[in-house]
Amino acid sequence: METPHQNHIDKADFDHVYEPAEDSFLLIDAIEKDLENLRSRNPALCLEVGSGSGVVVTAFGMAFPSTFCISTDINFRACIMSKKTAEYNKVIFDSVRMDLASSFADNIFDIIIFNPPYVVTDSEECGGDDITASWAGGVKGREVTDRLLEMIPKKLAKDGTFYLLLIEENIPDEVINIMSNHGFRYKTVVRRKVRNEQQIVLKFYRIIY
Amino acid sequence: MKLITHNMLTSKCLKGVVTGYPLAINATDIKVKEVDFNPEFISRVIPKLDWEVLWVAADSIGHSDGLPRSLENKYDENEEFLKKAHKVLLEVEVEEGHLTCPESGRQFPISKGIPNMLLNEAEVQ
Repeated sequence: METPHQNHIDKADFDHVYEPAEDSFLLIDAIEKDLENLRSRNPALCLEVGSGSGVVVTAFGMAFPSTFCISTDINFRACIMSKKTAEYNKVIFDSVRMDLASSFADNIFDIIIFNPPYVVTDSEECGGDDITASWAGGVKGREVTDRLLEMIPKKLAKDGTFYLLLIEENIPDEVINIMSNHGFRYKTVVRRKVRNEQQIVLKFYRIIY
Repeated sequence: MKLITHNMLTSKCLKGVVTGYPLAINATDIKVKEVDFNPEFISRVIPKLDWEVLWVAADSIGHSDGLPRSLENKYDENEEFLKKAHKVLLEVEVEEGHLTCPESGRQFPISKGIPNMLLNEAEVQ
């Protein structure tokens, strides 16, 4: 997979929007690892929740030119940057400012991707709409992730796949349990140790009988 | 905002709103940007969308010319039709304006092509 060009971005904008880092690239690696499976499913619609700079969803769109990609972010500057990143890399795309995926119709997306604010913080730090919102995850670093987990069964198409990045402190087993109660199976796509952080990308899907 | 995206947006997370769909469009600036025509994609995405809602949306902003109000059989074999659908789905962009919830009248501004669907805490279900 190609890494999206980012020369269009003014570095000063990264004071307000999360700058692509190891976690962003691990998600791109996860999609690359799953490429054959994804190609066989020929997704029509892909959503990245909390897209920040837009590099992950743009990388997806570059690999899947026959997929329409949408991103959301609570931070308007991130919405603008995502849109520019996609346009600069010639990906057909739209960006919407919203809370997670709350304003979409049901059973729509073939693919949903989420790199959450996963850092363990006080609850008070979590829930803003500026750059803090890109990393502050509250208790267990899971407060935002857990809200999205409740939306996934509705927003994902019946045969859709949800890719989620977590770190060890988020207690991935608890997330797997929550999703299992919603009827989802999981696979570990990729894991990597970055400095002192154990990052993991899981994918969740339903078995269709 | 492209009309394919409008087709998926609702205001049902507003307190007291049941379906919140479809949102009315009020556009003050519309641009048409050329996008490569991909008939395979258009045929594949149409079944995932609400065609009637797309038609009404296109009509409300003056872009329903020649677009059938209901889908005909074997539309995926009709290249003329797919080209028209391609244009309204992907090429017509609402740059500035607002969306309106059909039940509550709550308006959602569209600025620089980006709809703002954020609600304040008191508005959420």
